[in-house]
Amino acid sequence: MSKDGSATYLTTRLDDFVNWGRKNSMWPLPFGTSCCGIEMMATLASDYDMARFGAEAMRFSPRQSDLLIVAGIINTKMAPVLKTIYDQMSEPKWVMSFGACASSGGIFNVYSVTQGIDTVIPVDVYVPGCPPSPEGVIHALMRLQDSVQKGETYSQRREQNLKSAQLKLK
Amino acid sequence: MDIKFDMDIRQPIPSNGGSWLAQWGEGWKSQVARLQEKFGASIEEVRMPPDYPTDVPIIYVKKEAIAQVLEFAKNEAGFEYNFLSDITATDEEMEPRFEVVYNLFSHSKFWRIRFKVRVSEGAEVPTATGVWKGANWAEREVFDMFGVKFSGHPDLRRILMDARWVGHPLRKDYPLKGYQIFPSAEPIDPSFLR
Amino acid sequence: MPNDSKREIGSLSSNIEHGVMEHDTDDLWGDSRVLMNIGPTHPSMHGALRMVAQLNGETIEKSYCEFGYTHRAKEKLGENRTYHQFVVYTDRLNYCSALINNVAYAMAVEKLMGVELPPRAIWIRMMCAEIARIMDHLVCVGINAVDLGAFSFFLYGFHQREEGYSLIEELCGARLTTSYTRIGGLMHDAPEGWEKRCKAWVVKTRKVIDEMDELLTGNKIWCQRTIGVGVFSRQQCLDYSFSGPVARAAGIDLDLRRDQPCMFYKNVEFDVPIARNGDVFDRYMVRMEEIRQSLNIVSQCADKIQPGPIWAEDKRVRIPDKDVVHNTMEGMIHHFKFFMHGFDVPEGEAYTQFEAANGELGFYIVSKGSPRAHRMRIRGPSVWHFQGLDPMVKGSKIADAVAALGSINIIAGELDR
Repeated sequence: MSKDGSATYLTTRLDDFVNWGRKNSMWPLPFGTSCCGIEMMATLASDYDMARFGAEAMRFSPRQSDLLIVAGIINTKMAPVLKTIYDQMSEPKWVMSFGACASSGGIFNVYSVTQGIDTVIPVDVYVPGCPPSPEGVIHALMRLQDSVQKGETYSQRREQNLKSAQLKLK
Repeated sequence: MDIKFDMDIRQPIPSNGGSWLAQWGEGWKSQVARLQEKFGASIEEVRMPPDYPTDVPIIYVKKEAIAQVLEFAKNEAGFEYNFLSDITATDEEMEPRFEVVYNLFSHSKFWRIRFKVRVSEGAEVPTATGVWKGANWAEREVFDMFGVKFSGHPDLRRILMDARWVGHPLRKDYPLKGYQIFPSAEPIDPSFLR
Repeated sequence: MPNDSKREIGSLSSNIEHGVMEHDTDDLWGDSRVLMNIGPTHPSMHGALRMVAQLNGETIEKSYCEFGYTHRAKEKLGENRTYHQFVVYTDRLNYCSALINNVAYAMAVEKLMGVELPPRAIWIRMMCAEIARIMDHLVCVGINAVDLGAFSFFLYGFHQREEGYSLIEELCGARLTTSYTRIGGLMHDAPEGWEKRCKAWVVKTRKVIDEMDELLTGNKIWCQRTIGVGVFSRQQCLDYSFSGPVARAAGIDLDLRRDQPCMFYKNVEFDVPIARNGDVFDRYMVRMEEIRQSLNIVSQCADKIQPGPIWAEDKRVRIPDKDVVHNTMEGMIHHFKFFMHGFDVPEGEAYTQFEAANGELGFYIVSKGSPRAHRMRIRGPSVWHFQGLDPMVKGSKIADAVAALGSINIIAGELDR
């Protein structure tokens, strides 16, 4: 729409338009296991308010959400559960690895801790910190939105690769 | 500048433990005397605070008698250790290998005491779940982490680690980075329902 | 699927023929019992817990709880890290009130070594512990309310919590995982005017607590969802070793701050609130009252605190000053030895307890005279509380189990360690 309110046209690629819609309406699945879950709650609560970025609709069911926020430790007992949850999410899906424990095991290099969730599922954005401050989470969310717009996330690249493979087959 | 490198680290425990000793030292002595009178040879050894560096008396009990001793300490007037603070174990790396530790606390007198049971690998300790129902999970954790078994325990299985885990992580010979990976989550089992 | 019912379909149909329903109305069919798995990633499970329940209609008949989904081997790490390095691991126990864990751990090692602290350090530690307790209670009651549908209550609490975080950030730069205490001292002295800002925060928080009280305490829905729900009697609390606010809600008049005083708790005045029924509502009320008492303690501490040193005069534990380290050879060597080798703790053992936000937090440390502990046992109150959940929710509806779980404030970091 132009400034005086009359109808005008905006031309764009369909992919970009879809991605624009995706990036501004992420529905996160909060997978909070430990300390980072508290900071994630602080991000959602009154002072930081993740709703400003279109990501306030928390869905606890994996089938309704497209952003998996893994906040906290994933140990070897939990890793198969995480894999199941990720498999249940519908495409396209994104994963945010929230905090040092999820990203690399952090200070817990011990027998029970998975050394980074990227050994289990693909990760799109890592947030450093133990736990990260809410500002860090919001920054990561914005970075994720950028890469969703560009189509650079794992899920979107996979989709593209599948499409081009199908084209080649034809 | 005055920096000493060869410091004398062998100091007794003053501060908090010291004040407890002044407060309850006599009471502890009479309690130990009564325990020895009642249970005789079942009390293996007693370590009292000023002589041994500990905050409260440590009473070593033969493993057959531990449930009775705990029951006695819980209900007998003059003891009244009605609160089970903690059950844990230590790996001493010698024979007998493990020491199961019972930390007790009294809600009425506010004193504390510690019972220990020496147990070698593979031997069983009588359970304390008959005295405190809450001992259930603490004993399961000792079993999970050290492999000490408790006879008469209603539900002795792993608690923190996966059911398929091999070994007992808090033993001194278990490596810190001894990872074990499982492909699937632990299934639910209706037979555990209580 | 287990089928406990002895009733056969024939008898049921004969009942209907006579127009009389003699059986339990919830149990319409003999095999209506369902095995339900809640967690480990259920939103109402605080952290990663799992509860498997056998339901008859909506009533829980049998259940068992499982945990260990965030097990991080902190006890094993305690045997493999020096005493100084272990401070950071204590933050991750009860992460809602990390400062309390720091203080309790530092006290435990100091007790083992016989280190006496200067008064200012103790006052600051007391203030830290009380601020952390307030925050923990705010989280607990807030999230308990969210579980039962009262979202705005949570927002009120969390705003005040953010304000409290800025106080903690002033102390140590971190929000949640503080690592503020050192053995024999503190990381930094409190910045100038910190006590005054604490007092201002206390005044503000009192108002907010009153507001929150008004918002929820008399609320009819809240009362109906909580009164008489998740009852745990006094005797059961003793059997299952409950401590802290949950035990006090059932009438156990015990507060380790008052009854086994450490630090300067003898020198401040506070009341220990207790309730009688031991249900979710009583736990909520005890926590709200404890917040007020802790606010009192914080303001009393802020009045009594005096400038002075924050480190114990003990060369064994004191971290060398930076100007000495950077300017003298001996200081450099001392620094290197201190951090690479650690300091030796004399042989002995001690169980140190502290009234944490959830209950009795204990550190049982066995030392064999080396810089690493022989055994580092952490007694987290959450384990014992979570154990009581099964008998607590037996026979109640599944929605009440959520309320009961929220009210005993299970923190996964402390539960799994």
